[in-house]
Amino acid sequence: MMARLIENVAQLLLLLALAPLVTGVIRTLKARLQTRRGPGILQPYSDLAKLFRKGMVIPETASWIFMAAPWVVFFSTVLAGLMIPMVAAEAPLGLFGGVLAVIYLLGLGRFFLALSGLDTGSSFGGLGSSREMTISALAEPAMMLAIFTVAIGAGSTGLTEIAGSAIGQNWRFLAPAQMFAFAALALVLIAETGRIPVDNPDTHLELTMIHEAMILEYSGPYLALVEWAASIKQLVLMTLLINCFWPVGLQPKWFGFGALVGIGWLLAKLLFLSCAIVVLETVNAKMRLFRVPELLAVAFTLGSLALVSTFLF
Amino acid sequence: MIGELFLSGIVVWIAGTVACLALWRKPAIARRVACGAALAGSLLDLAASFTAIFSAIPAEIGLPFGNPVFTWAIRLDPLSAYFNVTLAALAAAVSLYSFGYLREMEGRRNLGAFGFFFNLLLASLALVFTASNAFFFLVMWEVMALTAFCLISFEHEKEKTRNAGVLFFVMSHAGTGLLLIAFLLLASSSGSLDFSSFHLLASRMPPLEQGAVFLLFLFGFGVKAGMVPVHIWLPEAHPVSPSNVSALMSGIVIKTGIYGMARVFFDFYGQPPLWMGTLVLALGVASALIGVLYALMDHDLKRLLAWHSIENIGIILMGFGAALMFRSLGQVNLAALALIAALYHTFNHAMFKGLLFLGAGSVVQATHTRNMEKMGGLIRRMPVTALCFLVGAVAISGLPPLNGFVSEWLTYQALLAGFGTTQSLTRLMFPIAGSLLALTAALAAACFVKAFAIPFLALPRSTEAADAQESSLSMRAGMAVLAVGCVALGLGATWFVRVFDPITQQALGIRASSALVTAGGLALSPGTAHGGTISTAGIALIFLLAGAAFALPLSMRWRSRSVSGPVWDCGLPGLTADNEYTATAFSKPLRMIFSALYRPRREIQAEYDVSPHYPSAIRFESEIERTFEKRLYGPLRDRIMAAANRMKGIQAGSINIYLAYIFITLILLLLFGVRG
Repeated sequence: MMARLIENVAQLLLLLALAPLVTGVIRTLKARLQTRRGPGILQPYSDLAKLFRKGMVIPETASWIFMAAPWVVFFSTVLAGLMIPMVAAEAPLGLFGGVLAVIYLLGLGRFFLALSGLDTGSSFGGLGSSREMTISALAEPAMMLAIFTVAIGAGSTGLTEIAGSAIGQNWRFLAPAQMFAFAALALVLIAETGRIPVDNPDTHLELTMIHEAMILEYSGPYLALVEWAASIKQLVLMTLLINCFWPVGLQPKWFGFGALVGIGWLLAKLLFLSCAIVVLETVNAKMRLFRVPELLAVAFTLGSLALVSTFLF
Repeated sequence: MIGELFLSGIVVWIAGTVACLALWRKPAIARRVACGAALAGSLLDLAASFTAIFSAIPAEIGLPFGNPVFTWAIRLDPLSAYFNVTLAALAAAVSLYSFGYLREMEGRRNLGAFGFFFNLLLASLALVFTASNAFFFLVMWEVMALTAFCLISFEHEKEKTRNAGVLFFVMSHAGTGLLLIAFLLLASSSGSLDFSSFHLLASRMPPLEQGAVFLLFLFGFGVKAGMVPVHIWLPEAHPVSPSNVSALMSGIVIKTGIYGMARVFFDFYGQPPLWMGTLVLALGVASALIGVLYALMDHDLKRLLAWHSIENIGIILMGFGAALMFRSLGQVNLAALALIAALYHTFNHAMFKGLLFLGAGSVVQATHTRNMEKMGGLIRRMPVTALCFLVGAVAISGLPPLNGFVSEWLTYQALLAGFGTTQSLTRLMFPIAGSLLALTAALAAACFVKAFAIPFLALPRSTEAADAQESSLSMRAGMAVLAVGCVALGLGATWFVRVFDPITQQALGIRASSALVTAGGLALSPGTAHGGTISTAGIALIFLLAGAAFALPLSMRWRSRSVSGPVWDCGLPGLTADNEYTATAFSKPLRMIFSALYRPRREIQAEYDVSPHYPSAIRFESEIERTFEKRLYGPLRDRIMAAANRMKGIQAGSINIYLAYIFITLILLLLFGVRG
């Protein structure tokens, strides 16, 4: 019981601390690849700290939903983060839910964020909510197929079991089913975290923005909460992707020296995945909104191929 | 004891029926008597049927009259009792709500008639769920359909209402016709009309007959349940009826179809062939997707909810289909899991859909429109209704920690486990169905963002919405009861699954709940080795603790630093309701993406005064095609009309000719009888 509590606290701190760093690293690497200097990898921390100290403007038209949504988003994302294996194969809060709970908790956050976008009456908010709900809905079947492929291998939707079954098979991701599922989930990750070519996290142009449009009316601490939650969500999905398919370095337990090794591996794998995202974002342009379904259809096809290939190999 | 309690509930309802008839001309008293009797009967029924689920011997009640074909046989076995609990729990909340809801109709409508049909509907529903003689069942089924027809057509001065009522009437009777044939086929095989004689009987019949009976039952009950492709009456009939009736219709009347299927699939059939389960699963997936896709495009608040009933029936059918497939594959444990998922979702849907229809009723009563685009900002004028509706919206979207999530989670688990049960290609159906369930759930979430945000948030879009009044106390109480039900069924999942033990024992011969509950009653698991776990209570607890420890104190502190300001309006002179995103705009991306299904048509006409760049008025019209009505039912109706026209020839209007027809028919029947 006590040990479980320590694990939870440790992973909680890791989530909260690491998430802005990943965002910062991706931004800096992207800047360097585009021969800009970039803001530095610690900039997101400064942004958050500054936002938390500021006052805020609450729109006159907003109801209590606008006030509650940042908290629901933040708590549900963090809770989802405690249900995934980060350093150890054992997810600290694995008893409370597995991969389905992770997806649906993220869905709960999205639901409230979309409500808050419509709450202010601004047309930007509605635009963002509409697009966000559309894209996430279309991403869902591909995501579920990929997850089914992984879960079928482990015989469980519990992430502890999924990661546990992968431990010791560091090259398992070379199996065709795993590769297809990985590709499908990677495409979904891009859509869900709002990265190019689906959404551009740096834009404030009404024709292109999705996530940014939803949160346009937030300021100060609430904006900090939403931004922080978005980077935690990104970290959660990235970790889910790398630890389900590429479990190398996952420790059996959270304790002792092993935890440091595990954290080291996690950072290395996250850096690798960040590099891949950066390259993808740099060589691609943002898609038209109505081309995104095609991308997600590709993801769905890949997911189906993953299932069919569990049959063949 | 249970039997007497149950009968007393029926008697109270019947007494309410009679009393309302007597109070035909006293609307104020009729309203109180109608709602009071409905509430009292529901509570009695709730007590009786909840005890009946756990009683070792099913309570049987037989009335001394009747004849060998038609007996007044009532049997409260666990399956019947479970559906009765669903009925009674929902009916109690709806009756409470009706006290206030009907007050507005006093003096304008005949509340005596309403109370008469309302109580009769409840009594007939309870008897449909408990009848254990096919003839008695069909009679009660008809009484239910007729009273439902009268309640749907209650506001019969509108043509749309009359048409919807007639459509329901016609489809309902076509379904009953199929049921009649199916029961007669069974009866000719067993020699009796008692349900007990049908037990496992269908599986002993020759394959062809077995398949025919299955299809007849599936589509006969499917009509009432709103299964695709026989669903078209549902989105017409549910919105036009008074909202408390809509709540009952969507919450429980369509569940009579589900009850019928459960009775047939898991009582009359033993081990069914694989194709049956596959068909039900496929129809479930189709219903779920079609239901939610059309719901997204509907901006009539009540019709949107009606489309979601089709979606949820689809989810229930997915559970049934998987259970049937597992049964034919010999996986009894998994069959129990899938059956529990389906029945759990049946109860959940009664709770949240009842809640949403009651909420919609309050909104419609306050704003005098069902069109969402004319609402807005109601969260300020109707805070309690808004909160209750939000609970229902989160629950129906399948989001944790509420009840919709639990039953969808169980369905996912059943589908996931299905992949390993067979080596044939059929096993691909399970994950595909699972991924389409994920699509359905995500689209439902998108739809309920719209259904909550457009009516309740932002600025009012009409003067009616701006002047809306919160509902009366009893209406709020009725909604609150169902909202609490949604929360309790979500958080208390590990406790509630025990209810299914007697049902799975009866249907499949195993008790599954001890395998489903782990970690000392804290978490739910699918019952397979190393299967994943879920703890809705734990998730809710963490939300509560974190909210109390961080959200409340920090929000208080930040409030002192916050100022209220206008919304960014792009520099225009102030934000008005015209700037807001509408429901049509919200669903536009999906309308474009699924245009192959919707075939949207739109028309824009602009009028110009001076400059061609500044229109003085714009008329926008947008419409989507109802594919099933146009491509399936349209041609069918034309054929039927053509055939009827041709048959006009034999109707000369002379009584002698009709007597001759009767005589010829009689001779033919006698010849048929002699030969057989």
